Amino acid sequence: MTQGQVVRRIVKPAVFAGALVPGALLLIDTMAGRLGANPVEEITHRTGLAALSLLVVTLAVTPARDLSGVGALAVLRRPLGLFAFWYAVLHLLTYVVDQTYLSGLGLSPAAVWEDIRTRPYITLGFSAFLLLIPLAITSTKGWIKRLGAARWQRLHRLVYVACALAVLHFVWLVKADLLLPVSFGVVVGALLLYRLGARRRRGSRRAAAAAG
Amino acid sequence: MLIRHPDDMPASAITDERVYESRRRFLGRTGLALAATAAGSLLPRAALGRGPQDEPTPLEDVIGYNNFYEFGTGKDDPAKHAHTLKTRPWTVTVDGEVHRPRTFDIDELWRGFPPEERVYRLRCVEAWSMVIPWLGFPVRDLLNAVEPTSQAKFVEFTTLLDPDQMPGQRRNVLPWPYVEGLRLDEAMHPLALLALGLYGKALPNQNGAPVRLVVPWKYGFKSVKSIVRIRLVREQPATTWNAVAPREYGFYANVNPEVDHPRWSQARERRIGELRRRETLPFNGYADQVASLYRGMDLRRLY
Repeated sequence: MTQGQVVRRIVKPAVFAGALVPGALLLIDTMAGRLGANPVEEITHRTGLAALSLLVVTLAVTPARDLSGVGALAVLRRPLGLFAFWYAVLHLLTYVVDQTYLSGLGLSPAAVWEDIRTRPYITLGFSAFLLLIPLAITSTKGWIKRLGAARWQRLHRLVYVACALAVLHFVWLVKADLLLPVSFGVVVGALLLYRLGARRRRGSRRAAAAAG
Repeated sequence: MLIRHPDDMPASAITDERVYESRRRFLGRTGLALAATAAGSLLPRAALGRGPQDEPTPLEDVIGYNNFYEFGTGKDDPAKHAHTLKTRPWTVTVDGEVHRPRTFDIDELWRGFPPEERVYRLRCVEAWSMVIPWLGFPVRDLLNAVEPTSQAKFVEFTTLLDPDQMPGQRRNVLPWPYVEGLRLDEAMHPLALLALGLYGKALPNQNGAPVRLVVPWKYGFKSVKSIVRIRLVREQPATTWNAVAPREYGFYANVNPEVDHPRWSQARERRIGELRRRETLPFNGYADQVASLYRGMDLRRLY
């Protein structure tokens, strides 16, 4: 098999399976009544953690491709990003159900909006989600064509902003133990620095080539 | 006279309490899958309706869902890690502004202050709550035994400091040891309890063995666990969460649905075992007994 075939036939299905694990576990544990004493909180935490983790893995695809030299790895980026988006949808949905129906308020968009607006960590999380929406919509080949590759790429750099907002959302909501949210922050920061560094390296290579 | 005992139901036919509880939990929780995925409003309201107002929370949840950062910050960490705590021998020193300072052995407390059962609501600052049958005695019985001086205005309670027994103390998540405090009149209130047990037995380690405070009208973080020292003092003690984040955790920390935590609402709470949130009550439903302690105080400022 060529490298490309290995990625498509083995790596890609494995990554898909991996991305489905948090969802499958959630489903199994829900059916088995194994979500612990506070199931709504547990669902909220698990879906949020899955969304952020997959966003980070999505960001790691390009550096992994560059460092390994396996160009075909790039095909993983879009599905991973979409998995992250769907976990974020579940995360937001759980929150909305908790704030409305489970709070005895009925489906009151005003009450949810009030909560999103007035609680900074919710505002941040919601903003991160909003930024993911155009990325999910324009994730198809058709949209790449419609926008043009350069513009499409610029748009999709929003994923870094979304990721940063999601990390801040996490940092802001914990009571005292910052270990996990800050670890996510460090990883996201490192990935961002790598990308900026890669751009500069490409820029200087181009300049060198032009001078040569 | 012959007294007939109805014997139409043998003891063997009575459902075991654990089976009964687990069945109810299963029924309660399978509803959740639907609630989370389908739009919640499609479910009949009755399916998630409240049970009796204040049924004790199942033991499994009381001993499995805990905030006790000395054993880790996850809710299930204390149940997993608290076995390293040695609760014998254990002493509690009561000193400071008292006429008869004393160090009590934990077994002396059991003998000298026979515990009674008190079923209290516990409201966590994180907006969840439980109902717990404690075994304990009023704090004031202990304070009266050491005779506070006229200078005593506050009571400071301190948790054990020992990173070997309490592995969570190896990380600086909070400044250790954990310290909490009450105004003397709050501590002397008959509802304020020193608990030695729950559900009829000695406290499990993860619930603050061998002796902890229980102040049911305040947020749970006031109810300090695994106490080694009780000091009567003149000034308001520096308490742990208040010192870490004064805007978020007040010294008084009375349960108050009108004063939100800066990051989340305190208007409602989730009773463990229920899906629907309930309205939070002022002073956690103990206003009739304790509101007079705070007459004339601005509880929005002194939260």
